[in-house]
Amino acid sequence: MKICWFHLMPYTDLPEDFQKKHSSVWVDIDSRLFDPKRAHHMYNDFMDELEFAADCGFDAICVNEHHANGYGLMPSPNIIAATLARRTKDTAICVMGNSLALYNPPTRVAEEFAMLDCISGGRLIAGFPVGTPMDTCYAMGQNPSSLREKYREAHDLVMQAWTNPDTFSFNGRHNQIPFVNIWPRPVQQPHPPVWIPGGGSVETFEWCAEMDYVYSYLSYFGYKAGLATMNDFWSKMAELGKDRNPYRAGFLQFVGVAETKQEAMKIYKEPAEYFYGRCLHVDPRYAMPPGYTTEETMRRKYQSQVAAVAQKGEEKKAVSGLGTPADMSIEFIEQEGYVILGSPDEVAEKLREVAINMNVGHLMLLLQYGNMSKDLTNYNTKLFAEKVMPQIKDIFDDKWEDHWWPKPMAKAERAVPAPTTREAAE
Amino acid sequence: MSELKTRTITLNGVETRVWEKGAGATIGYFPGFGGTPRWHAFLDELAKTRKVIVPSLPGFPGGGLGHLELHNHLDWVIACGDLLELSGLSGGDLIGVGFGGALAADIAAVFPQKVRRLALISSYGLYDEKDPITNVWAQRPGTVQNVLCAKPERFTELTAMPNDYDPTEWQIEMVRASEAGARYLWPFGNTHLDRRLHRIKQPVLLLRGSEDKVIPASYQQKFAAGIGSTAKTATINGAGHLAELDEPEAVAKAILDFVK
Repeated sequence: MKICWFHLMPYTDLPEDFQKKHSSVWVDIDSRLFDPKRAHHMYNDFMDELEFAADCGFDAICVNEHHANGYGLMPSPNIIAATLARRTKDTAICVMGNSLALYNPPTRVAEEFAMLDCISGGRLIAGFPVGTPMDTCYAMGQNPSSLREKYREAHDLVMQAWTNPDTFSFNGRHNQIPFVNIWPRPVQQPHPPVWIPGGGSVETFEWCAEMDYVYSYLSYFGYKAGLATMNDFWSKMAELGKDRNPYRAGFLQFVGVAETKQEAMKIYKEPAEYFYGRCLHVDPRYAMPPGYTTEETMRRKYQSQVAAVAQKGEEKKAVSGLGTPADMSIEFIEQEGYVILGSPDEVAEKLREVAINMNVGHLMLLLQYGNMSKDLTNYNTKLFAEKVMPQIKDIFDDKWEDHWWPKPMAKAERAVPAPTTREAAE
Repeated sequence: MSELKTRTITLNGVETRVWEKGAGATIGYFPGFGGTPRWHAFLDELAKTRKVIVPSLPGFPGGGLGHLELHNHLDWVIACGDLLELSGLSGGDLIGVGFGGALAADIAAVFPQKVRRLALISSYGLYDEKDPITNVWAQRPGTVQNVLCAKPERFTELTAMPNDYDPTEWQIEMVRASEAGARYLWPFGNTHLDRRLHRIKQPVLLLRGSEDKVIPASYQQKFAAGIGSTAKTATINGAGHLAELDEPEAVAKAILDFVK
């Protein structure tokens, strides 16, 4: 089992009345709420937290890309990953990832990921998201009807740039480049492991199977809501003749550990309610640009909604997954499984159940969320590393090999960054 | 008035529906947002004195997945020019509304022999950041009819599912119509038509609903200035962006008087 520590880098100072006074945390969030001097401290705290997690023994530290977003301060995750590559030693660095259609030309992604792989000595996991509607179509102006074909073409270009040793020309619909020849090249050959973040569409399942990539289901709504999607994923793998190697999959889960469940409910109440309240306050006008969701996925979604209404006589939640109930109390959040809260033993037991039921080998954990302070984040991280991780680390390893994990240079061959002060260096 | 006839033509390999009603000189209709999922009162008004031909635009209801064959603006203009030929509209009068207006105007500019007289109702094609167009693709679910029509129920009626239809497929067709428009107009509807308006030599009627919440009034003047002396303007009182749904009789009368 691989346990990855994921940071979204949320802006931690959104006002208490944010949902009342502002229409959205994303796309047209009020820039006057952003204090760059506070953000200076946030970024540095967040990078401290990622480095602390690496030091605590997490298998990977993860960053991601969002634009015009009050809960994700990384328009360029590669900048953060570069600092992490210098300040951590053995941990994998998972960039989850670069939204390929947003890079012009996408050779930029091949170059920057190759740089990160070189700087880190081969520790990079390369994530290639399509990107959310809010990021891609509204904040970055991409056409929803051609976004996916542009993404696929960009993927092909990056892969060719990594694997073709010769200079070549690329004659695509969206990219026409006479001389593709990236310099540097990645340490990991033929290329770093590729993980695809997804939202449950069957085409992405199929594509991951075809390309032999990791499918990572990044939902904010926890294991209870995620189980059906992962069951669909494994059914599709079986249908396509793929084995059930759990390392084909990743799953995102929020966690809060304390000495007791009661204590966890108390100390994680504010950051969890901040995240599920203020951070997910997304104006639904930006959730569904036409063409973003493929017709096949729409067909499955509508049919399952019709079936649910017929069977249960109740309406399902907003289709976008972003519609959140008005009362996002810690009790509701815990009960629905959005955040797993409890003592180390309780959390370990629940995560073991989650990993086995979902058959997921890469757990991507959010141990910082909302306006959680650095002290509380590090407490959560340390307690998890010391008391939870040892109880779940062994899952799957007796039966399966992770073919999708970085293969870095041998430790003795890797550079050791010089100390940061002149005195220490001398 | 004759009965509504349905024909099927093949455009870029995609089966495409053509509706036809009435007798006399032909007049074509390129619709706006949502396309033409059903025959409506405005078309009946026209069919009293003209042969009305309504070919489905690629991706719009009746147009299948034709939009996915089109990758740039030139593809769209050529395909819709071909659509006029195939549906028997070439050389006749043409009405373009909103999304359809941008295509109709470009066809008149690029293939002048295909269009006799052109009526544009709140056409897309230009964009002025100082007086922006309302983004119809950034509306909250279930509210777009409020920006499209002064009488929102008219758009709801237009897009209501027929009794014999599969609900899932109907929803998908409605989203597809919105996608098809987005495919050639995302994000602003700016096809840089300002560079080609001067090529339009045909008589043009520029109509606009007085209550249009999508395209500001200044665009009517921009179109008129770009086209020059062959353009005339008129306002339909009480109508919104899809003026022909709100005020079918008044819009039909204005257009029929113009193409007489």
